[in-house]
Amino acid sequence: MSEPVLDYDEVLERFDPVLGLEVHVELNTASKMFCGCSTAFGAEPNTQVCPVCLGLPGSLPVVNGTAVESAMRIGLALNCSIAEWCRFARKNYFYPDMPKNFQISQYDEPIAYDGWTEVEVDGTSYRIGIERAHMEEDTGKSLHVGGATGRIHGADHSLLDYNRAGVPLIEIVTKPIEGTGAKAPEVARAYVAMLRDLLRGLGVSDVRMEQGSLRCDANVSLRPRPEPGEPEAPYGTRTETKNVNSLRSVERAIRYEMTRQAARLQAGQTVTQETRHFQENSGTTIAGRSKEQAEDYRYFPEPDLVPVAPDREWVERLRAGLPEAPAVRLRRVSEAWGFSELELRDVVNAGAVGLIEETVTAGASPQAARKWWLGELARRANETGVELDAVGVTPAQVAAVQRLIDAGTINDKLARQVFDGVLAGEGDPEQVVAARGLAVVSDDGALGAAVDEAIAANPDVADKIRAGKVAAAGALIGAVMKQMRGQADAARVRELILSKLG
Amino acid sequence: MSAPTTPAATATGDPTRRTAVDLAAAIAAGETSAVEVTRAHLDRIEAVDEAVHAFLHVDGERALASAAEVDRRRADGEPLGPLAGVPLALKDVLTYAGAPTTCGSKILEGWRPPYNATVTQRLLDAGIVILGKTNLDEFAMGSSTENSAYGPTHNPWDLDRIPGGSGGGSAAALAAFEAPLAIGTDTGGSIRQPAAVTGTVGVKPTYGGTSRYGLVALASSLDQPGPCARSVLDTALLHAVIAGHDPRDSTSIDAPVPDVVAAARSGDVAGLRVGVVRELGGEGYAPGVEQRFRESVDLLAAAGAEIVEVSCPHFRYALPAYYLILPSEASSNLAKFDAMRFGLRVGDDGVASAEQVMAATREAGFGAEVKRRIILGTYALSSGYYDAYYGQAQKVRTLVIRDFENAFAAADVLVSPTTPTTAFRLGERVDDPLAMYANDLCTIPSNLAGNASASFPVGLSPDDGLPVGLQVIAPPLADDRLYRVGAALERALGEQWGGPLLDRIPEPTARPSVEVQA
Repeated sequence: MSEPVLDYDEVLERFDPVLGLEVHVELNTASKMFCGCSTAFGAEPNTQVCPVCLGLPGSLPVVNGTAVESAMRIGLALNCSIAEWCRFARKNYFYPDMPKNFQISQYDEPIAYDGWTEVEVDGTSYRIGIERAHMEEDTGKSLHVGGATGRIHGADHSLLDYNRAGVPLIEIVTKPIEGTGAKAPEVARAYVAMLRDLLRGLGVSDVRMEQGSLRCDANVSLRPRPEPGEPEAPYGTRTETKNVNSLRSVERAIRYEMTRQAARLQAGQTVTQETRHFQENSGTTIAGRSKEQAEDYRYFPEPDLVPVAPDREWVERLRAGLPEAPAVRLRRVSEAWGFSELELRDVVNAGAVGLIEETVTAGASPQAARKWWLGELARRANETGVELDAVGVTPAQVAAVQRLIDAGTINDKLARQVFDGVLAGEGDPEQVVAARGLAVVSDDGALGAAVDEAIAANPDVADKIRAGKVAAAGALIGAVMKQMRGQADAARVRELILSKLG
Repeated sequence: MSAPTTPAATATGDPTRRTAVDLAAAIAAGETSAVEVTRAHLDRIEAVDEAVHAFLHVDGERALASAAEVDRRRADGEPLGPLAGVPLALKDVLTYAGAPTTCGSKILEGWRPPYNATVTQRLLDAGIVILGKTNLDEFAMGSSTENSAYGPTHNPWDLDRIPGGSGGGSAAALAAFEAPLAIGTDTGGSIRQPAAVTGTVGVKPTYGGTSRYGLVALASSLDQPGPCARSVLDTALLHAVIAGHDPRDSTSIDAPVPDVVAAARSGDVAGLRVGVVRELGGEGYAPGVEQRFRESVDLLAAAGAEIVEVSCPHFRYALPAYYLILPSEASSNLAKFDAMRFGLRVGDDGVASAEQVMAATREAGFGAEVKRRIILGTYALSSGYYDAYYGQAQKVRTLVIRDFENAFAAADVLVSPTTPTTAFRLGERVDDPLAMYANDLCTIPSNLAGNASASFPVGLSPDDGLPVGLQVIAPPLADDRLYRVGAALERALGEQWGGPLLDRIPEPTARPSVEVQA
């Protein structure tokens, strides 16, 4: 059933990819786009609804001012122009999870338009044009019950949850991304990663791809590489791949589409303009509805809302309050931190730039900060299935742990127990160390007794050391540590052993 | 045909014959009680509504409970509003929590909204007693109430004739003395045209002057709830209760409400420039309608108004533009009636898909006129046709607004007949939608422009003895001017007639002689 694909290198020999990325961002406003209902994720179905977001007859939308402000900040951060006057529009189509059977969106008058941003892949910078960023409302969720795949086909019945209906969304659309060649999948991934950092830096969204608060649709097309001296070919037919809900999937989906489309073109077939769905397990895409039979959405200006006309003073105030751009910040910290290229990429992919920066500001060295965030804390985030910044430990606490290590109060092993305590709500690292009695013992009295015991229990090892085999001390140190549950100051133990047996 | 006229003096003890302001004063003074007044109106409904069919739903128990609450507050010495305890008929297109809201459609049968429209809430807060919900053309689409899925309303002046539409139920309830106050909604004349053909007063406030929250939308950019009553002052008092900014309606205007009550009390038109719209008259207008209109303009001149003629050349395009904009918005507004969350559900046999259930429900639940307009609007918004239809209609709208701006440079208010003819016969135009639409020729421009507009009774046509209405149009937010003109006419005409026009209405006890298909 899987379609033929062309070898990736061969694709690039014959074709140039052109990408277009549409990213939907759920804003983290307390209330919905057009009513006062909560936007909190994970509530019981249909408990965060009212006449407005249920589309009951007679109800009317009212624009959430915070959402408009977030949209403008996103637009400004992407170097967009902010419309002096723009309107909402109705996008009409019937679907049970759309309460009004139209979505309030923006059509030909987006709040932000014509911007750009840049991303870096393997030391090369790519400029990405931004077509527009517009405001709209999310739909509800359908749960198809009884089918094998969870999709509507074959389902026995469907359940509807309107909690998400009306949650504010910003759709960010790029201009065609050309000239990225073999790097196209990585550029796309870097763009989404950058966008995620930018949105997080703005504080406008939770940007959790796994919860759907950041969703990416990838448009891919191929066109023949021009022979030297020939003009560029027109764009090829594109497909739009949906359901791409991780950074890795962005890269995989685009790479797969390139090889699939190339195989078709190579075989003299055409690419069908259609929506496709990414399959996480197989790494392939499968056809959804054909765009040729796409619905006519009958857009027209939303008559229940008045135009949005942000005054210039407001726009300038928002512009002045923007945080540093992710690319600029990355350039700055990469110089200051001295990480290798590979280390830096891992940090970006993990979404840890801001966390490390804050940890460094709180007093830790960049390498120590990186070690904790990408090691122990990334592991815990992974285990509990949350993003790194939601792991439950703050940058200041990480810096405090490192300070305790540097002072010799704890060692790396005890630090893990300190994090356990912090996550268990036992307070800051210092409090956890005190309460749990985790401090390293370097008191010669207690250590001396343990060393004596270890020597008595391991006479053969002691003999070897007496004979000058200093390396054998490790076994005795291990015994002492075991007895003292890891809380012994290893360096002092070694000194004591050597002096006692020297 | 009409029964012989049975004059009834307003000063009788019968509460159903008294004005709202009079009833409220009597209740406040303890001369009568809200419960007594409410019961009298419920009795009246019981007696005549089988013949008139103004109401779709009456909840006497709830009305009496509201009335009892007003009486209790009065007994406790709490301050009461100027209309507290007065009964009202609510057009069944506004939500009243817990009460059926059908919009005259089968598709909403059984739906009881969980919330109050802002207008409803303001009525309740003012101590006004809601008797029930009145009949209308399905989703307010029509000029006769014949498009109601629950059967037509009959004009109390002649039960064989239409009471106007879409708000025929509210107007007929006033004319039949079933309620002294009513709420209508006006998208293209649905308050003013029924007022004209029933000899009552109806005002379409400035767009944004009253909240649309809880008004089941027909065409969002045109709809506006408004007050209806038998006298100008009652209408103004009701206007003051329901008007004013509502944060739940983004198109609601955040500005002070003009002092309509003072205007209605004054009726001073001295020096007021009254513009007669040249294009709203002549061919197609009944001679009797034109005659009463001209006499009324003369009365205004006699009262000191300065009469000028104005021209609004683009009004001739208003009707076609309206019949593109309205169906376009309606086609989208009515999409929510899909059987998924409320109302009628047809064909859900456990096998049919959601799309099939939606289609079957909409097929069964919507009437012919609603389907006609949904199809029209869907077409007008379609890709490839948008510019030619919806886009072009919006340009006409701008031209109509410009016509008004020019006219209001020369005149403070504009006047015209409200309708080209008096009430036509039930069934006469049901098969001719264009003839039906033509009835709204004079009223539609105000909806396109969003200004304030009203109809006042100016007598009976010498042609057929049926009521004639005069339309007054004022610039946006100058609603008070409507009432000055209305009060001046009411005073002058009342002197001529020796009392209110409705004193001459026959008792609507006869059963309608014509059965009309719904």
